[in-house]
Amino acid sequence: MGVAFFKGGVHPEYRKELTSSLAITAAPLPEKVVIPLQQHIGAPCEPLVEIGDHVKTGQKIGQSESFVSAPVHAAISGEVTAIGPYNHCLGRQVEAITIESDGEDNWDEAIRPVENPEGCTPEELRALIREAGIVGMGGATFPAHVKLAPPEGKIIDTVIINGAECEPYLTADHRLMLERPDEIVFGLEIMMKVLGAEKGIIGIEDNKADAVRVMKQAVGERAAIAVVPLKTKYPQGAEKMLIEVVTRRRVPSGGLPLDVGVVNHNTGTAVAVADALKKGKPLIERVVTVTGEGVGRPANLLVRVGTLVGDLLELCGGLKEETRKLIVGGPMMGLAQPTADLPVIKGTSGIVALTAEEVDLYESSTCIRCARCVEVCPINLVPTFIARAAEFEQFDRAERLHAADCIECGCCTYICPARIPLTQWIRIAKAEVLSRRKR
Amino acid sequence: MNGKLVISSSPHLRTIQSVQSVMLDVLIALGPVAAVAIFLFGYRALITMSVAVFAAMLTEALWLRQLNIFGDGSAAVTGLLLAMTLPPDVVWWIPAIGSVVAIIVGKQVFGGVGNNIFNPALVGRAVLLTSWGAHLVGPIWPVPKPFHFMADISAVSGATPLAGEAEALGISLNQLLIGNFAGCLGETSALALLLGGFWLLYKGHIDWRIPGGFIGTVWLMGTLFGGGFYENSVSTGLFHVLAGGVLLGALFMATDMVTSPVTPWGKLIFGVGCGLITMLIRLFGTYPEGVTFAILTMNALTPLLDKFTIPRKFGEVKQVA
Repeated sequence: MGVAFFKGGVHPEYRKELTSSLAITAAPLPEKVVIPLQQHIGAPCEPLVEIGDHVKTGQKIGQSESFVSAPVHAAISGEVTAIGPYNHCLGRQVEAITIESDGEDNWDEAIRPVENPEGCTPEELRALIREAGIVGMGGATFPAHVKLAPPEGKIIDTVIINGAECEPYLTADHRLMLERPDEIVFGLEIMMKVLGAEKGIIGIEDNKADAVRVMKQAVGERAAIAVVPLKTKYPQGAEKMLIEVVTRRRVPSGGLPLDVGVVNHNTGTAVAVADALKKGKPLIERVVTVTGEGVGRPANLLVRVGTLVGDLLELCGGLKEETRKLIVGGPMMGLAQPTADLPVIKGTSGIVALTAEEVDLYESSTCIRCARCVEVCPINLVPTFIARAAEFEQFDRAERLHAADCIECGCCTYICPARIPLTQWIRIAKAEVLSRRKR
Repeated sequence: MNGKLVISSSPHLRTIQSVQSVMLDVLIALGPVAAVAIFLFGYRALITMSVAVFAAMLTEALWLRQLNIFGDGSAAVTGLLLAMTLPPDVVWWIPAIGSVVAIIVGKQVFGGVGNNIFNPALVGRAVLLTSWGAHLVGPIWPVPKPFHFMADISAVSGATPLAGEAEALGISLNQLLIGNFAGCLGETSALALLLGGFWLLYKGHIDWRIPGGFIGTVWLMGTLFGGGFYENSVSTGLFHVLAGGVLLGALFMATDMVTSPVTPWGKLIFGVGCGLITMLIRLFGTYPEGVTFAILTMNALTPLLDKFTIPRKFGEVKQVA
């Protein structure tokens, strides 16, 4: 039995068995990739190539001078055929570079392993991580090097690797832990070194007992690193919940993990760091779980960033007739898409196709004040009151009810017997409250 | 893939629970109580419950102009709860009127399920109590006749344990636990009520704070101020918990989601307030029983309790270890 965060949470149907026992397989080289110039939180990149240019795999094709930004790289070799707006999973079009494959997958000669990464200074490591274009791969896509550069005066003593993977259906992190545990440990040690943290913790939900075992084995005798099994409960992998559970520290409201001496990274990010240093490889591929009842053959695929979701679905036997919802990310926090004509980005952990059976289209009814949403809210909010305030555009009231603290985990909407889209209302309130604060 | 993709805000998974399933669970929880009532009081109990439930469902269906008479199930719950507060031999039109009032005055005029301020079943009972009180309370109560479904229960009469000290002393705590004594349909068997209550707790439909606060306060007040006329002051406290409508009120009425607070502290204060008012009425008021008005009074305070007990958000107090 693992440890659980203190309060709230839900137990949706996990359905991880669709893919949890399927080893990661490399998807065939795509004929075309579309690399958005904005794949992460922060400043968008400027293109470094022009239409007609020939690029090699791993070549940097976009970057920004801004600190909170990470460069993007060509995921295949071939010809740049378009630079312009393209569908993006965030629901709008974003500037993107389209590359048509030459079928060769010629890697950029500049890509070489870093010699003696253990001997590098923290500054050098940070620069290498930034150059490799590494961002948070759990979905938030925050540039990794920024999290590895705490502001002056903040002391980070603990680095947490998030292997909770609490989103239902997704198994990408699970498979990474089973198949590349040494890289995860190596990536963690590098991050600890960059931050000067003396402790590393790998948190894994206890529905992945095999991953706990394998990671413990990989950690071996290292006294500085602990593998902590966590009780399976959504949203166990939410940053604030995970930190509370494994360190007993509470991130203050409105604060960041570094305020309590902690930095959190995803398992995929740790592997990306290891690949960047050991092989010199920039972040041009990631593991994506393609799953759901609407997918012919669910799979865990190693995919080049920029591969179109439609092409991946074809590889997995296509979408079934009864598919009603296509989600990029997990079913609790992922984004429903109107089309499969959009690229996998660095933060795409899963593609989930749900059928009519899972997609409830109930009308919502009046709140019966059952307080289930209050019970499940891990942040201790009263979702039904905030939702009602948002409905009546009482945004001052929403702010007093701490709408801005919502982590949008979706537990309240999940549990609501009246089927009120609480999370959606709270998002509206949160956006309004935050924009008012800026004014 | 055929047809259009649905676009909606996350989360994309929903629990299978609905308002209807919650109401069904409450009906299931009342099952043992109803069964004991029929076992003890025979066909009269069945008639009273059936009339109340049917009248409530019919009124709601007519009011809402809906064909599905069961609807979301909340009317059936209201009707059954109202029946539980009535004497076993009550004349048939009493539960009928009570249910009509409960649904219309107690619920629909406020905007229907979710919007009412007062517990509808108790609104119905309060109106009956003040309008036809002689049918609801009095010195003479039918005594249960177990195993005799067709028995004429009004032939043998007694008094309810709350009528006075002498009546109270005529009934043992064990009797109170099982329910073999004179009283309203749903308030005699403590065991059946507790069984239903635990089912609701297990299903997560009620929070322990309301019944906990309510029952705990009644016990404490009964122990301290009950006069100790029972074996000792502690068992006098227990007597106050087991006799009358405290368990029915604490487990099924005060826990009505719509009319009780949503915040954890609000719920606890609500429960304690219910217990406090109940005992003030019992010990110092003119009525022998105070559960109905205690809960209705606290219902009125619910919005205030919610307002002043908004939980502290995560990370509000820095708890750096």
